[in-house]
Amino acid sequence: MLKRLRENKSSQGTLLITPTLIFMVGLLIIPLLLTLIISFGRRSADGNVIYTFGLHNYIRILGISTACEGGQSLCFDPLYANILRRSLALAFNSTVLVILLAYPLAYFIARAHPKRRNTFLFMVLVPLWTNFVIRVYAWMMLLRTQGVINSVLGWLAGLVGIPFAPFEMLYTPGAVLVGMVYEFLPFMILPIFTSLEKIDNSLYEAAADLGANPIRTFLRVTLPLSMPGVVAGTILVFIPVMGTFIVSDLLGGRQVILIGNLIQRQFLDARDPTFGSAASLILMAMTLIVTFFYTRKFGFGEEIVAA
Amino acid sequence: MNPYKRSPFIKVATVLVYFFLYAPIIGLIVFAFNSSRTNVFFGGFITQWGPLQMEGSTVVQSPCGPFHWFCDLTQNREVMSATKNTLTIALISTISATVIGTMAALALQRYNFKLKGFSQLSLYIPIVIPEIVMGIGILVLFSQAFNFLNSSLGLLGDSRLTLGLPTVIVSHIAFSIPFVTLVVQARLQGFDKSFEEAAMDLGANELVTFWRVTFPMILPGVLSGALLAFTLSLDDFVITFFTTGPGATTLPIYVYGLLRRIITPQVNALSTVWVLVVVAIVFLLQRIQSRET
Repeated sequence: MLKRLRENKSSQGTLLITPTLIFMVGLLIIPLLLTLIISFGRRSADGNVIYTFGLHNYIRILGISTACEGGQSLCFDPLYANILRRSLALAFNSTVLVILLAYPLAYFIARAHPKRRNTFLFMVLVPLWTNFVIRVYAWMMLLRTQGVINSVLGWLAGLVGIPFAPFEMLYTPGAVLVGMVYEFLPFMILPIFTSLEKIDNSLYEAAADLGANPIRTFLRVTLPLSMPGVVAGTILVFIPVMGTFIVSDLLGGRQVILIGNLIQRQFLDARDPTFGSAASLILMAMTLIVTFFYTRKFGFGEEIVAA
Repeated sequence: MNPYKRSPFIKVATVLVYFFLYAPIIGLIVFAFNSSRTNVFFGGFITQWGPLQMEGSTVVQSPCGPFHWFCDLTQNREVMSATKNTLTIALISTISATVIGTMAALALQRYNFKLKGFSQLSLYIPIVIPEIVMGIGILVLFSQAFNFLNSSLGLLGDSRLTLGLPTVIVSHIAFSIPFVTLVVQARLQGFDKSFEEAAMDLGANELVTFWRVTFPMILPGVLSGALLAFTLSLDDFVITFFTTGPGATTLPIYVYGLLRRIITPQVNALSTVWVLVVVAIVFLLQRIQSRET
């Protein structure tokens, strides 16, 4: 009887999970495997895929070229390697900046009076849920040569009476960095807040009683205990910055080409889906490797789910 | 010692970061009332009803006064059809993902079965891979499958299988399920099995126990999961971008298309409405969550 009941339970569980498994396998795992298969293929003349097995797409991304100017049989073409390096550097810089901006705010909210905490969190969620594309557009308006920032600066300069030449800010690497920081800042604030909120107040009191000054308390108590939040936030920021193409597309113009743009263009203009697939898998591998080593070093908290 | 004491540095930094978060959104809203049509600079607020002098000799009738661009928006067929598509996709995918995701959460939290570890792990994949990788994968799947089916079934012209609303909806269900499941699972973890056991002891069968005991208890989790799925679907750009086809343009895709061409304050009016809707949803979500605790 008991055995039958347990078997019954198991079949109920299987029944309940089946639709989810269909979606996860059908629209996540199979597509990833198909991307892998295609990445070994070649593009046909009409833009379709010829299924072959070759590493040519990967060799091309890594920059090993057989079409050399100097007549050698092999040489290094840094075009795509530079795109990969630029994407990694931007993701790293954005993440560091986001941490620097998010931490004080998260700390402020975590130590706000419990009654007001929800209001402050609400104020973080509104920009987060405002559409991604709309937020990029907002920055286009701010950064444009005739845009808001230059208008305000020009007006201020006029007040003081100094000549003012508008800054060229849109379509620069700096604009892309600001856009990325803006887009993903809330993803860092929330997990850091979650881990800071858990810190028991008595720990601060104990540190103060034992004679630690605020800086020492921060370095020895607050910071170590909030590391799970910083780690979770880093993953939530680093991964999407690596893959985003709208920010660089709209704020960087043609100046800033990231791996996301590279992948998008291979599919959009029917250039070479096999090369795009290979680039997409390289992107996935890069994020997984960084995430893996990072979480192994610092641990993997539940904060990632809390956000 | 006052536990809520924060140093002036923290306070100043907080004000600055909030300013950074809100300045672009406020600018966006202000420009929705711009009297200049090109929207490159701010030509002042629209102040009158009736004929409206645009730059040059253009005169536009504005029965809505300061809300000219909002009225203009409702006249725009593309916006209206994109709104309809966006809401259709969001509603269908939210309902499906909520049902499927809640079932999965119950399975993972209450039952033992084969592939349990694999199932749980697969739910984390969308979180740890960039969205574009998932979008590309689904695009490759659909385009290869459709190519194969079109040529093997000999489909031509309008009967050819193409990307469109169904492919977008299916993809949205797929990326929403993990979020619903994780939210409901967190809720299930928090509550005591003894309530269900008591109901069973009192003679309720499993179905009655579920509807009268389990479901009411997880309802806040299910609702916040559903709202999360709804906002994710409304907000999604990347997955939609790669799975959409002719006639299935959503609002984010439409706005993106506009940004690469000409921009009028209409886009700002649209964004303003969007921000207001989002504020309402987030407010609701927070009310549900604060009632939970």
